[in-house]
Amino acid sequence: MDNLNNLMDGFGAAITPTNLLFACVGVLLGTAVGVLPGIGPAMTVALLLPITYNVEPASAFIMFAGIYYGGMYGGSTTSILLNTPGESSSVITAIEGNKMAKAGRAAQALATAAFGSFIAGAIGTTLLTFFAPWIAVQAVKLGDPSYLAIMVLALIAVTAVLGSSKLRGFIGLFLGLAIGIVGIDSLTGQSRMIFGIPLLGDGIDIVVVAVAIFAIGEALWVAAFLRRRPQEIIPVGRPWMGKDDFKRSWKPWLRGTAFGFPFGAVPAGGAELPTFLSYVTERKLSKHPEEFGHGAIEGVAGPEAANNASAAGTLVPMLALGLPTNATAAIMLAAMMGYGIQPGPALFESESTLVWTLIASLFIGNFLLLVLNLPLAPLWAKLLQTPRPYLYAGILFFASLGALAVNLQWFDLALLLFFGLVGLGMRRFGVPVLPLIIGVILGPLVEERLRKTLLLSSGDWSGLVSEPTAIIVYAIIALGAIGMAVTGAVRGRKDTTTEVSA
Amino acid sequence: MTIVIGFTPEPASTQALERGLAEARLRGESVLLVNATKGDAFVDTRYGTGTTIEDLQRRLEESGVEHEITQPMGPDIADLVLEEAERVDASLIVIGLRHRTPVGKLLLGSTAQRILLDAACPVLAVKPPR
Repeated sequence: MDNLNNLMDGFGAAITPTNLLFACVGVLLGTAVGVLPGIGPAMTVALLLPITYNVEPASAFIMFAGIYYGGMYGGSTTSILLNTPGESSSVITAIEGNKMAKAGRAAQALATAAFGSFIAGAIGTTLLTFFAPWIAVQAVKLGDPSYLAIMVLALIAVTAVLGSSKLRGFIGLFLGLAIGIVGIDSLTGQSRMIFGIPLLGDGIDIVVVAVAIFAIGEALWVAAFLRRRPQEIIPVGRPWMGKDDFKRSWKPWLRGTAFGFPFGAVPAGGAELPTFLSYVTERKLSKHPEEFGHGAIEGVAGPEAANNASAAGTLVPMLALGLPTNATAAIMLAAMMGYGIQPGPALFESESTLVWTLIASLFIGNFLLLVLNLPLAPLWAKLLQTPRPYLYAGILFFASLGALAVNLQWFDLALLLFFGLVGLGMRRFGVPVLPLIIGVILGPLVEERLRKTLLLSSGDWSGLVSEPTAIIVYAIIALGAIGMAVTGAVRGRKDTTTEVSA
Repeated sequence: MTIVIGFTPEPASTQALERGLAEARLRGESVLLVNATKGDAFVDTRYGTGTTIEDLQRRLEESGVEHEITQPMGPDIADLVLEEAERVDASLIVIGLRHRTPVGKLLLGSTAQRILLDAACPVLAVKPPR
């Protein structure tokens, strides 16, 4: 009941004209960037980090949360109408969604995506309300060794599970960890990796790294491949769905939510896996299996619910443990640190008002998304006609402004360009961006915990496994590593046999 | 000889298409439809895809005129049309004119104007129906 009271207080704080305005702006902006392929909520929140210098924390996070939820929603519009996923989480939606649109059922596909997102978002946020505080209460009891183990698990899991190549993932992670080390060490005063440049002594600001990797890297990448054949877009009016569509959609919505939330809540879950699982499940359970592959509404309803539920799930480790498991959560965490708020299990105690206002604003943002997006669908489709030069000129402008605003020195712009080129290289060679960002943000925190632990045990490495939770987590990491090595070996062997037989 | 028709899936362009086909029949020449795009956006309403091109094909079959459709991509639409005209040594270029607002004229260049000024052959500009 305590949680409910807190939540009501949160609603009280969230429903002020200013905060509602921020929620509206966030939701609209989020949907817009979600619709546009290549531009996502992570980049948008990174570009908006400078507003944290003069906007109240609550208002900023309300807007960021709106962008996050909106991005998940917007991706589906592009998937359905253009057969190009706006976001990686809506890749699966394109399979059936675009077939539906081609068969003249675009309005129903968009409607089931919208209602599915709303229901999944509502259930997911409710679960978040009850789970996150409980997890935080448990986590506060954990000592440094256990917390360190959990962070290491998150780093490894995010890197190893997502993406096709583990080598590339770890390259990204270690790049991020290296960037996080730059600067003067706070404990010993030693300069680390500053290459004789005094300006690097303060370390590299996370805003500069995030904006460079997401915005500059993407802009350069797009500039390198500017001209592409325009695609066929299916015109759509106002989304709506009939009674029959509702009957076929509500079960997939709920099942999608059940897949999405837990996957979002565990480190390294992400939204891609649950959307895929939801799709496979719906295809198996459907009463109209013959429609799959030709535009089955279940194949849109399930995955779309799953990706929004996972978005809500991702906020559980972020708020309760201070662990980001996707790029947008990582940037939101960076914003939190920018305000001088220490993310972690103590957040629910120390910043109770902020956290509950944020959770309340998630409910509001979710509702706004449904209300705004049903009538605005044709407008969002029009957004895809924006010429890329205009779009990316704007992004580069805000990126430079944001980097300059950090310290008002030219050196940050030079860093911005440098990391932008790193971002371009990463895209060129298929190195995932997420491990790098998580490495930059979690790296220093991991280091701090590691050194605290070692100080307490006076340099004895056995101090790392002095708590039962830590031992269990390390065992999970070891099991996971063995499991991956085994499946990798088996798969590798299978591949060679097929090659031989072929 | 070939008549080049600058084509976009718009009403103004339908006029140009019909006019160009009539001209081709009259002269006993073939037509080349040029549907160019800058290719710098995910969706270009003036670029024919899927059903638009199918409908266009059908219309051309009906007309009985020898025809070809090309869809080049490049930074400048006018240049693309002119290049195609030069390539086939066109006897005539037919383009559709769109109504433009004074502000639009001030801010943006005109593809039609560039073609009219730079073409090596006669250009026939067709106005949209009022």
